Amino acid sequence: MKAKVSIKKKRDFKGTWMKILGYCKQYSAILVLSLIFAVGGTVLTLIGPDKISDLTNLIEQGFISGIDMAAVAKIGFLLIALYAISFIITSAEGWIMTTITQRVSQNMRKDISAKINRLPMSYFHKTSSGDILSRVTNDVDTVAQSLNQSISTMVSAITLFIGSLIMMFVTNWIMAITAIAATLIGFALMFLITGRSQKYFTRQQKHLGAINGHIEEIYAGHTVVKAYNGEKQSMEEFEKLNGELKNSAFKAQCLSGLMMPLMSFIGNLGYVAVCVVGAALAINGQIKFGAIVAFTMYVRYFTQPLSQMAQAAQSLQSATAAGERVFDFLGSNEMQNEDGKSATLGIAQGKVEFSHVKFGYEDSDKTVIRDFSAIAMPGQKVAIVGPTGAGKTTLVNLLMRFNEIQGGQILIDGVPIDGVRREEVRKQFCMVLQDTWLFEGSVRENLVYNTPGISDERLDEACKSVGLDHFIKTLPNGYDTVLSDGVSLSQGQKQQLTIARAMIADRPMLILDEATSSVDTRTELQIQSAMDALMKGRTSFVIAHRLSTIKNSDMILVLKDGDVIESGNHEQLLEKGGFYAELYNSQFDESAA
Amino acid sequence: MLKLLKKFTALEWALAILAIAFIVLMVFFDLTLPDYMAEITMLVKTEGSAMSDILVAGAKMLGCALGSLICSVAVALAASKIAANFSANLRKTLFGKVQNFSMKEIGEFSTASLITRSTNDVTQIQMLITLGLQVIVKAPITAVWAICKIAGKSWQWTMSTGIAVAVLIAVVAVCVLLSLPKFKRIQKLTDDINRITRENLTGLSVVRAYNAEDYQQEKFQKANDALTDTNLFANRVMVFLLPSIQIILSGLSLAVYWIGASIINKASLADKMTLFSDMVIFSQYAVQVIMSFMLLVMVFVMLPRAEVAANRINEVLDKEISLKDGVAVSGAEERRGEVEFRNVSFSYSDSEENVIKNISFKAEKGETVAFIGATGSGKSTVVNLIPRFYDASEGEVFVDGLNVKDYKQSALRNKIGYISQKAVLFSGDVTSNIAYGESGKELSEEDVKWAVETAQASSFVENMEGGYSAAIAQRGENLSGGQKQRLSIARALARKPEILIFDDSFSALDYKTDRTLRKTLERECSDSTRLIVAQRIGTIRDADKIIVLDEGKIAGQGKHEELMENCEVYRQIAYSQLSKEELN
Repeated sequence: MKAKVSIKKKRDFKGTWMKILGYCKQYSAILVLSLIFAVGGTVLTLIGPDKISDLTNLIEQGFISGIDMAAVAKIGFLLIALYAISFIITSAEGWIMTTITQRVSQNMRKDISAKINRLPMSYFHKTSSGDILSRVTNDVDTVAQSLNQSISTMVSAITLFIGSLIMMFVTNWIMAITAIAATLIGFALMFLITGRSQKYFTRQQKHLGAINGHIEEIYAGHTVVKAYNGEKQSMEEFEKLNGELKNSAFKAQCLSGLMMPLMSFIGNLGYVAVCVVGAALAINGQIKFGAIVAFTMYVRYFTQPLSQMAQAAQSLQSATAAGERVFDFLGSNEMQNEDGKSATLGIAQGKVEFSHVKFGYEDSDKTVIRDFSAIAMPGQKVAIVGPTGAGKTTLVNLLMRFNEIQGGQILIDGVPIDGVRREEVRKQFCMVLQDTWLFEGSVRENLVYNTPGISDERLDEACKSVGLDHFIKTLPNGYDTVLSDGVSLSQGQKQQLTIARAMIADRPMLILDEATSSVDTRTELQIQSAMDALMKGRTSFVIAHRLSTIKNSDMILVLKDGDVIESGNHEQLLEKGGFYAELYNSQFDESAA
Repeated sequence: MLKLLKKFTALEWALAILAIAFIVLMVFFDLTLPDYMAEITMLVKTEGSAMSDILVAGAKMLGCALGSLICSVAVALAASKIAANFSANLRKTLFGKVQNFSMKEIGEFSTASLITRSTNDVTQIQMLITLGLQVIVKAPITAVWAICKIAGKSWQWTMSTGIAVAVLIAVVAVCVLLSLPKFKRIQKLTDDINRITRENLTGLSVVRAYNAEDYQQEKFQKANDALTDTNLFANRVMVFLLPSIQIILSGLSLAVYWIGASIINKASLADKMTLFSDMVIFSQYAVQVIMSFMLLVMVFVMLPRAEVAANRINEVLDKEISLKDGVAVSGAEERRGEVEFRNVSFSYSDSEENVIKNISFKAEKGETVAFIGATGSGKSTVVNLIPRFYDASEGEVFVDGLNVKDYKQSALRNKIGYISQKAVLFSGDVTSNIAYGESGKELSEEDVKWAVETAQASSFVENMEGGYSAAIAQRGENLSGGQKQRLSIARALARKPEILIFDDSFSALDYKTDRTLRKTLERECSDSTRLIVAQRIGTIRDADKIIVLDEGKIAGQGKHEELMENCEVYRQIAYSQLSKEELN
């Protein structure tokens, strides 16, 4: 176990645990109480054998004269009381620790989830969602478990260890030394044997890693393995690794299998030593027989905490690793705090101005948007066209403040968008994206989403205008049908739902980012009219690669490599005979041909 | 679980029986030990007994302890041997099975899940076997034997032990019955937490666009509270388990002594001695009995987890492989290198819509046929049907004039050099990667060298430390995307296959390399039929035949110029990439 710990990189043990304990702060009073309980329970456990010893002596003394049953009963009732108290306080201690642990992990999960919403979008380009998910569940659980077990185990193990030591010496020092010596010999023996096991454990871990790596590699490259008839070759390699693992696993398992018998041998050794020495002392009349009985229990209490402490230490180590990952995430740089910004946009007129906007992603030198300027007047339909990678979506993300511009300004109704809060900017836009996002919940929840006070009439209206009304009627529970694996929606229906959601949100401006490109042409026709309705009276930004859908735009911006290379309405651009005209005329060629 | 145990070999059964024999012996030693304790007790209490007698009894006790230790070493040896052998065999069976899976089965399980099943789940089973042999077998033997030994002593004592066991079982049963359903629910609630977090992560833009951060947080908090409440209940119940066991153990010791006091008090002087030592060892045995029951209970709590792992493994082992191997090793000689699709449609499962619909085309020997279309138009799916990664749902695919289903899979794949979209390299060196697999012939050093040169990879390979024997890390992580792709192309070329399939393999290359590579291929591999899936018009404009796919259907078929004339989809793609001047 030790080797496993030492090959891991040095962790910030202290810092991480300070933060974990920080979560326990509000429970510090009852945490201390529970630790006192842990100590108390252990002390009571230790008093037990002492009283049993008295009991034995009483019986022994009564051989000739008859046993003093009243005294026996007195000790008996005392013990019952002790056991009962011990039961109550150890249970209470466990109850408190469990409660604290669960509350701490609840708070950690809450903080992680809240953190997700405070991180800039760019963070999620670098981190996989699987990684974040594993922090929310696995890592928090690991910390919780360790917190639940290790701390109180440590406290009671140490108490038990010191306590049994004291009790042994108080009872009889010669026997105490005997017990300790026997235990030490036992442990020396154990270390002698298990010291060699580290090597096998490390080797087993290494071989396990090697075979897992091979399995991963081959499973992930399944097509190539198949295509090249590589099955035999990978099987040979697998068998080699498997054979190595078999050997090292056998040795490591074998040695770890010895731990338990060795521990019990140590127990037995102490037991025998105590019995023999005790007997010798008893014959000489130096001790009473009860002391031997008590000692047989003390020896057990003395050896037990040693292995418990080792286990707890290991559990603390893995909790540190998990805790570090949790706090790593919680410590990531957040978006700028905007609590100080009090300006509002109200319900915007819808004039949007881009002025010399410049943007590039943090971790790359490439500029995505070089120098973008444009003005959209209230109610205008602005189309953004251009080849993939020209920066169309980036532009929209800047407008929504998903990313922050690095130069220039974006103004809504003359107010710079970084002068107001993000929510204030986003409140101005309905947004429909190419990737339809629906969640597990009822149709109603998905449609209404975050918009308060929506009546069924409003829902009906929206669904009708996107052509969903008939579909909703076919659902078993109408609006209350839960969208989950059981209900299968076509791509078109999903898109219709998100458009309806945007209609219901009813905001002054609109962004459509390739909203119809994953929809078949028949559905597109249907949705098109819904979108036309949605765009009426709203300043709209439309990204589309099918030019027919944006022909009627008030302004078309042609983007290439982060710059506007042409702008104007359809007729103007055609007249100009540039890139757009080329794109557009290519459609005409068909009818000409 | 039992189903898996049927896979035990004769050796493993023999070892298991041996282990059980040693466990019996070990229990014998463990239970004889207190007898000598009794003997010592007698000696101490008897006036004038010699110190030497005590030492002899002590030595016997130690002998028992050692005997028990030796037996447990033997048990540990046997158990680990069984566990190691069994898990190695199981792992091998699993690995072999997964290797034989077609892409369909892989898709059903997902690669990640298959990896967990072949690694973690096997480890779980291994642990259960090691532990199981030592605990599941030992505990009942100990319990029964110990009960037999103490049964005759005094009915009062036996009864109190019986009561203790009954109380123990009752307490554990109540705890488990109360908490087990909750533990099952916890799994579901954890999934909820995961789902809501994943929803938030995948819908990040929508969440933010609708200012719905609080809405999401509230939803998360609801799931979080539900999880915490359930966790609290289940864990609080379990809190009582350990203190209960403790109080039962202590209570039993007390009961034995208390009852003992009254028995001894009533007994005749001669019996008092025996009764006293009986009492001391009885309390020891009673502890053993209780502990055995406790261990058994723990195993029963652990068992469901291993059961889950075993089921997951069985699912893989029981999965029927959907592709049936054919027998033919070669097609019609005069039609070598020919690939033909006849009205082929394909869907990933019966319930899903077809990904490609009614595809028909023919590629003659030495021709270059290219596939182009938007993402999701089914280009890759078409070429994946040729090496039979999947079987067509409708229609037929022919290679060398013979239906691919009639070939022995290895023979079919020997005819094909397939280069995947995402370059896959294996840990090893350059040569081992190029000469990877079996192609029905030995690859010489020259073959490898020629392939690397043709794939435009010689310049960087020769600059690598060690050249052709330079190390390649797992997944080729020490190479750039373009380098990996060129090596994977070289791997295909080295086999000099009849048919080369480039599944969008050029997009990781820069334009210049792309061009040179195509020219070299034209020169060096003119005998091979080349099927190219591409996104760039430039890559394919010189092809003998271009097949334009749109939503799984063929939208046009012909040479570049023809398609520019009469295929709207093709023209759109062309204009989105190149200017008019470039195209003309």
